[in-house]
Amino acid sequence: MARNKIDSSVLDTYAQNTWCPGCFNFVIEAVVKEVILEISKKESKIEDFVLVSGIGCHAKIVDYINTNSFYSIHGRVIPVATGIKLANPDLKVIGFEGDGDAYNEGVAHLVSAARKNTDITVVIHDNRVFALTTGQYTATSPVGFKGKSTPQGSFEKPFNPIELMMTSGATFVARSYAGNPTHFKQVLKKAIGHKGFSFVEVLQPCISFFNPAKFYNEKIYKLEDINHNSSNYKEALTRAREWDYANGKGDIPIGIFYQTYRSTYEEIILKGKKLANSKLSKKFKEILKEKI
Amino acid sequence: MEEISILIGGQAGEGIKQGGNLIARLFNRYGWNVFVYEDYPSLIKGGHNFSIIRAAKKPVKSHKDEVDILFAFNQDTLKIHQKRISKETVIVYDSQEAQYKRGIKIAMNKIIQEQKLPIFTKNTLVLGITAKILNINFRLVKQLIKEVFKDYQQENIWAAEIGYGLAPTIINLPRLRKSPKPLLTGNEAIALGAAKAGLKLYVAYPMTPATSILHFFARYEDKLGVKIVQPESEIAAVLIAEGAAYAGVRSMVGTSGGGFALMNEALSLAGQAEIPILFVLSQRAAPSTGVPTYTMQGDLLFALNAGHGEFQRIVAAPGDTHQAFYLTGEVLDLVWKYQMPGIILSDKHLSESTFSTEIDLREVKMEKPKLWKEKSGYKRYLLTEDGVSPLAFPGTKNNIVKATSYEHDEYGITIEEAKKVEKMIEKRAKKKKTLVKELKKKETVKIYGNKRSKIVLVGWGSTQGVLKEVAEELKIKFVQILYLEPFPKWELEKIFNDAVEVIDVENNSTGQLASILRSNGFNITRKILKYDARPFTTDELIKKIWQEIK
Repeated sequence: MARNKIDSSVLDTYAQNTWCPGCFNFVIEAVVKEVILEISKKESKIEDFVLVSGIGCHAKIVDYINTNSFYSIHGRVIPVATGIKLANPDLKVIGFEGDGDAYNEGVAHLVSAARKNTDITVVIHDNRVFALTTGQYTATSPVGFKGKSTPQGSFEKPFNPIELMMTSGATFVARSYAGNPTHFKQVLKKAIGHKGFSFVEVLQPCISFFNPAKFYNEKIYKLEDINHNSSNYKEALTRAREWDYANGKGDIPIGIFYQTYRSTYEEIILKGKKLANSKLSKKFKEILKEKI
Repeated sequence: MEEISILIGGQAGEGIKQGGNLIARLFNRYGWNVFVYEDYPSLIKGGHNFSIIRAAKKPVKSHKDEVDILFAFNQDTLKIHQKRISKETVIVYDSQEAQYKRGIKIAMNKIIQEQKLPIFTKNTLVLGITAKILNINFRLVKQLIKEVFKDYQQENIWAAEIGYGLAPTIINLPRLRKSPKPLLTGNEAIALGAAKAGLKLYVAYPMTPATSILHFFARYEDKLGVKIVQPESEIAAVLIAEGAAYAGVRSMVGTSGGGFALMNEALSLAGQAEIPILFVLSQRAAPSTGVPTYTMQGDLLFALNAGHGEFQRIVAAPGDTHQAFYLTGEVLDLVWKYQMPGIILSDKHLSESTFSTEIDLREVKMEKPKLWKEKSGYKRYLLTEDGVSPLAFPGTKNNIVKATSYEHDEYGITIEEAKKVEKMIEKRAKKKKTLVKELKKKETVKIYGNKRSKIVLVGWGSTQGVLKEVAEELKIKFVQILYLEPFPKWELEKIFNDAVEVIDVENNSTGQLASILRSNGFNITRKILKYDARPFTTDELIKKIWQEIK
């Protein structure tokens, strides 16, 4: 495969990798490294990337990639990433979250970032299970999911994150598949290149606790193969709703569902200013005078 | 005449706060020191609001029970404040809304309506009445209105003129030859102090009594250069601030107890990841929603113990606007120097009361923290002699900045090995030792009143104003503890050594400072606690102290 030609060892760290052998996180890590290297050769430098992760198996990715990073806490990747971007809009901020982070603990941040069009990229490692805590259901586990907290099968209806992002105002909504690194790479590059909030859900089989790889391989098709128009909101929403996370009905489209442009949160708040090197105010005396 | 107190009372929505502020400014321009206490329930229209404006020749930072002039917009005001009225109190009431056996009757609402003036001009009507009662030249009133109101200037001047014409002169208030000082609330002083120490980002979810910090920064965004962000929750607020701090921007969050509870997980994160961040915790009368627009000093132990795990923090409690200004600046600077979370403890009483404020802008300085200067090889958690690792921010050429919530090695990679864990915990603990060394050179404790007295009052935070005044009046000593963490044991040992009585005075029900002092080996002989969600008044506190030590 062509993608193996890139030598991404400059982005390696000395950290001992503790993912399960054969974990799809290795695929995601490899793709992320390649994308960072490719982009940093053209426009940005490696030191302009900041990776933010939550807590869970996915989050270890920041220990394994030698870039700036903020290994944050469960569910809070988006506010941390928002703060970094607000402080220094020149940085390329990419958040990594598990489905537990993004869809359970931190779902309010996800919706808010989409609504506000925060200029960050968020990659969701959606393995539809809490893996590091050894297998409990999440907000995207199918109905009937059997885990340690639901031996009889979970009864909760999952939501559809693609649809949620569409209706929350995200300006870039995509889904990819960890089983298809070439596709993920294309989508991730576009997501990072997008100005505004870019959301990439990566369906990721968990080889230890929930592995629907066979099911995904059968059901997944590419939006580009059906000439999907990603600027048509209505069409995108129909495609977003095609696959039901609850019962597996419908085929699973991957690719960019929707992309549009509007002012970003940082543009509106900062009005072109860069906080990281802005000067101190000298107008204290004026304010104090007003208070007399 | 040494001092004068005025109360304005009416319903929420009648602009009581604005009226009180105008009167305070008039006194200020007349050379008098002022303190304004505001009392309001948690509602938008109706209920009972009141402001007490105390003006004095000496600096004042508290209010009294009795008032010299009382403005009643309605009957409720007269009923509720009956005990504040003495024989000498001048009573001015709206003759159509209330009845009283004596006083100056002015049909305020009716006049406003007849003159087709906007309802809020009732405040300037009251301002005119006040000026006339105190024999203050109308020119000053007019000048004040012109400076305060950008819109409706003519209407406000007209209302003030009517008020001035309707009232008699009762007191000849002397004009003092002192230049006016800025009138600031605690929250405004906190905001100014932080901005002076280099704050660039303030992130907050609205919560009384911290909200006015957000409003202040919003209003002066262009002048102060501090950006505000109002995110989806307190949790988001603190993490946005920590993200920005990681990227090199001085950031602060502000909230009250409930919001601070939500921020606790991120407080621990700041401890572990060594993120410099400042929290403003403005206490309300709680637990839970509690009495949201009233005051209490109930969160001292919370501030000291919040968060899971053991980590270093700085906690300081200013007692007036001057201290709010320089302490907030000082602590913001310290959290950057020592890369740990800091908490400024305020409460409704300090945050929302207005004080004549002596401010020297040079009191807040911004020191450069220890920065990384090498071309490459950065280690975010480099082990050093003093525990403090040099700072670098993402975007630094050829250097990688890795912050993390996990226990980590010097580079910022997760570790779990016993020896390494121990080493990092010790590294962070060293920072406290270094910090204590620096604090020993700073003012961590303040002494007021009779410095030789063997009777010592001890307190913290917003009770400073009342305690200082009472100690001066009773000629006893008052010790205000400015830094609660690291706890300035070194100073207190000297002070408490020869005390016969140590009376702990707090606005809470358990005596939280007393318990800290006792656990540090200090002997507290008595406690005076007030927990009705209202601040102490001077007369009340004097009475309580007499009861204790007579």
